[in-house]
Amino acid sequence: MSNLLVLPIAIPLATMAVLVLFWKSLRVQKTLGVIGTFVMLAAAITLLITVRRDGILVLNVGSWPAPFGITLVADLLSCIMVLLASVMAVAVSIYSLTGIDDARVDFGFYPLLHLLLMGVCGAFLTGDIFNLYVWFEVMLIASFVLLSLGGEQGQLEGAIKYVTLNLISSAVFLAAIGVLYAATGTLNMADLAVKLRNFHDADIVNVLAMLFLIAFGTKAAVFPLFFWLPASYHTPPVAVSAIFAGLLTKVGVYALIRVFTLLFVSDTEFTHSLLLIIAGLTMVTGVLGAMAQNEIRRILSFHIVSQIGYMLMGLAVFTPLALAGSVFYIIHHIVVKTNLFLIGGIVEQRFGTGKLKEIGGLLLSAPLLAALFFVSAMSLAGIPPLSGFFAKLTLITAALQAEQYAIVVTALAVSLLTLFSMTKIWSEAFWKAAPLNGSTDQPKPQALTRKANSLLFAPAMVLVTITVGIGIMAGPVMDLSIAAAEQLLNPDLYIHAVLGEKRS
Amino acid sequence: MDILLAITVGGLYATGIYMMLRRSVVKLLIGLGLLSHAANLLIFTAGGVVRGRPPVVPKGELHPLKIVADPLPQALILTAIVISFAVLAFALVLIYRTYQTVDTDDLHELKATDR
Repeated sequence: MSNLLVLPIAIPLATMAVLVLFWKSLRVQKTLGVIGTFVMLAAAITLLITVRRDGILVLNVGSWPAPFGITLVADLLSCIMVLLASVMAVAVSIYSLTGIDDARVDFGFYPLLHLLLMGVCGAFLTGDIFNLYVWFEVMLIASFVLLSLGGEQGQLEGAIKYVTLNLISSAVFLAAIGVLYAATGTLNMADLAVKLRNFHDADIVNVLAMLFLIAFGTKAAVFPLFFWLPASYHTPPVAVSAIFAGLLTKVGVYALIRVFTLLFVSDTEFTHSLLLIIAGLTMVTGVLGAMAQNEIRRILSFHIVSQIGYMLMGLAVFTPLALAGSVFYIIHHIVVKTNLFLIGGIVEQRFGTGKLKEIGGLLLSAPLLAALFFVSAMSLAGIPPLSGFFAKLTLITAALQAEQYAIVVTALAVSLLTLFSMTKIWSEAFWKAAPLNGSTDQPKPQALTRKANSLLFAPAMVLVTITVGIGIMAGPVMDLSIAAAEQLLNPDLYIHAVLGEKRS
Repeated sequence: MDILLAITVGGLYATGIYMMLRRSVVKLLIGLGLLSHAANLLIFTAGGVVRGRPPVVPKGELHPLKIVADPLPQALILTAIVISFAVLAFALVLIYRTYQTVDTDDLHELKATDR
């Protein structure tokens, strides 16, 4: 049964290989690209059900025993992340049927998308720190090409910043792996957890923790390492921004959660207090940046930064409830953020621009779009009964229980500011009257056929349904998050699953 | 030998970061290359330097007789070199394309995305 574990990696790989065979046929690429994501979704659901029933799944690739060979591990957090990645893949691949121009599809948009998904799922499922680096690189190389595909000036400039910062963080990550190997003599994460538990020199462990914090923090866009994100995320086509916004920074957050619950737990006094400070600053700087912007996708990009702070907050408080809050927040955030980008994309399709000054009157001309945006924006700001409310409520309750009052105040204030900047998009794009003499130098929006329009709207509607569904079904989702958090806070489960009963 | 390698690693990091702080995109790329080499050499040094001892078990023995070089850091470096080679090749194409589009190699003029 544990061969199931390979599927979320193998399916995108197979899809990509088949897609490359049909390089010249756009129609086949589009059809197979979408079908591939559905197959992946089915595999992810099966995986989650299996892990929920049987506990942590482990696969030693090539039957090499655990600390020596390559290990794939799926605990609940990994499965949840893989499932979310597949749902976003389905949504974005359907959106891109009409949201991505044919020239980009012709240059391999769908194969690259699946390569990206393979990297993302690999990073979630690996149990070996060097393989984490390799999957990160697979994902990054795909994302580099997706970001610059099309070669517009803004895209290229954004890509230079994005590529540079990600290469630096990869170099730091690699150096950290080298030092970690020199200190412990192993790269298997479960084995590392055992060896670091009673490591003789606490200072070296802290230095390693900081190196990993810098490496993953840059990828997750935490304060003060986030500036590449707002510079690049609004430049590519919307479908690309949406999948980036939903998944890429979350891989960094996943890696942070993994190493700071499994490996670096000996000196939480130091590491997790630092994480808490970073979380607070990330929230504040992100939301202040968002308030200063005047373009839909730029506002949303800064919001990603701000919300990474909430996910870190749960990790930093480090109680079962707080970690459950983090997991819940990630579930909520990936769905809502991808959706907001998709909705922003529909607005851009309609007006040919995302600048708030040049658009308006959408409430009357597109009431459905307005409703979709309203629900997602309120969910992001944390208004009950939507998913964001429960995520924030859990985090804040946990922080209150842990008596971390400063972060509670910050989180609440940042929520208010989030609401403010969402209102800004709402009042400018939807509420105010459309500008009379629509600027003539802007590219005119193309009229869309009914079929194309419904393909753009369908993913957004499904994702809004999921957001509302998470709000209504908060109980079961919370149970799942708590179960994931308990697994994370009990590293022995992970170690036993990987190394067997004899060790640890 | 370790000391010498450590100094080299430090020097590579310093040079790499210095190059990346220049305004030219080409120097940025050279800096990135140096940085990834520094990381590779760091792994090599951290893995322990052993002279002339291949990690091979002699015929008829169950384990190596003397201290041998650890092959794993070298495997890691090999993987990392391949990856950084690919990424640097991509970055080179990217900056060339940017140069064609923007007509400058000055990082301070790449501001279209910040406005």
